[in-house]
Amino acid sequence: MLDRLSFPQPWLSLTLFATWQFLSDGISGGSVVLGIVLAWGIPQLTRGFWPDRPAVIRGWRAPAYALRVLWDIIVASVEVAKLILSPRQPRPMFICYPLELDHPLAISILVSTISLTPGTVGADVSDDNKLILIHSLDAEDEQEVIDTIRARYERPLLEMFR
Amino acid sequence: MILIALYITIAMVTLAALLNVYRVIKGPDAPDRVLALDTLYVNAIALIVLLGITLQTRMYLESALLIAVMGFVGTVAMAKYLKRGSVIE
Amino acid sequence: MSTFAEYAVSALLLVGGAFTLIGAIGLARLPDFYTRLHGPTKATTVGVGAIVVSSVIYFSTLGRGIGIEEVLITAFLFMTAPVSANFLAKAAMHLEVKTTENTRGQTWDQ
Repeated sequence: MLDRLSFPQPWLSLTLFATWQFLSDGISGGSVVLGIVLAWGIPQLTRGFWPDRPAVIRGWRAPAYALRVLWDIIVASVEVAKLILSPRQPRPMFICYPLELDHPLAISILVSTISLTPGTVGADVSDDNKLILIHSLDAEDEQEVIDTIRARYERPLLEMFR
Repeated sequence: MILIALYITIAMVTLAALLNVYRVIKGPDAPDRVLALDTLYVNAIALIVLLGITLQTRMYLESALLIAVMGFVGTVAMAKYLKRGSVIE
Repeated sequence: MSTFAEYAVSALLLVGGAFTLIGAIGLARLPDFYTRLHGPTKATTVGVGAIVVSSVIYFSTLGRGIGIEEVLITAFLFMTAPVSANFLAKAAMHLEVKTTENTRGQTWDQ
């Protein structure tokens, strides 16, 4: 029992604790106790779902990436909005994107980014984590889309997960 | 001025919800319907937030948060059911 | 409430409403499932995000404090939208949903 009294993911526990304090009406003895119980219990219960931690995450690169993605999301929605309102038919295309990343967390961040940014939705990751299937709403050329994603999103992620 | 913008926005979001309902009814496939329901709950969150601003109360925000969590779980469960034929394996 | 905040809240509300509506129009009029996936994941998420941010500004200028609920809702929407889109795309590929005629490239199903 005593060996279970640990916090395997300290950052997750801290986030859970802080979120619980904000959600309850003001910090009191009860909310602190319940917050500690949640911060201990949830990581224990979800232990099996967490992938192995990456060797090094260079966390200081994350804010720049997040800002770039946020900006691209705004640009992307304007582009999709224009396309939806214009009368011409879109030219959809499925694209196989060869991955350079190999860490599962990095891949899932990349797929989420692709889904939120210009004209593309990440549809599937192959079982051996080598390919992503992307659906593009309005693409001229397969190689152009691959190059954009490679330069704009995958390279920074490669730098971050080394 | 905020009140006028609020009414226009409520009208637009309501229209959007009606279009989603049209897609839920029309289909043609099951994933289309699940996608439309997914969009519908996101629009419901927007409507609840707008209602909160109109009535100048923050009470409804907690229900919006609950809808966000439950809606996501529901969408994932339905998508998983469509793919595998069962939710929990 | 200052005039600037009033303008900001109104503008964010209108932009958010417009994006939500455009997302729904995309869902209603685009030709096949995979193209319809684009409207809700981008336009609707940004639209509802803008509406929620306008609520943050509105209540904080009224002096009711910055709400953690709004921040949580926005963060949650932006995290979940790509995940549910991905799950639905996988389900659609498994069910071999029809694509429009001018779609290039192939789906796969493992």
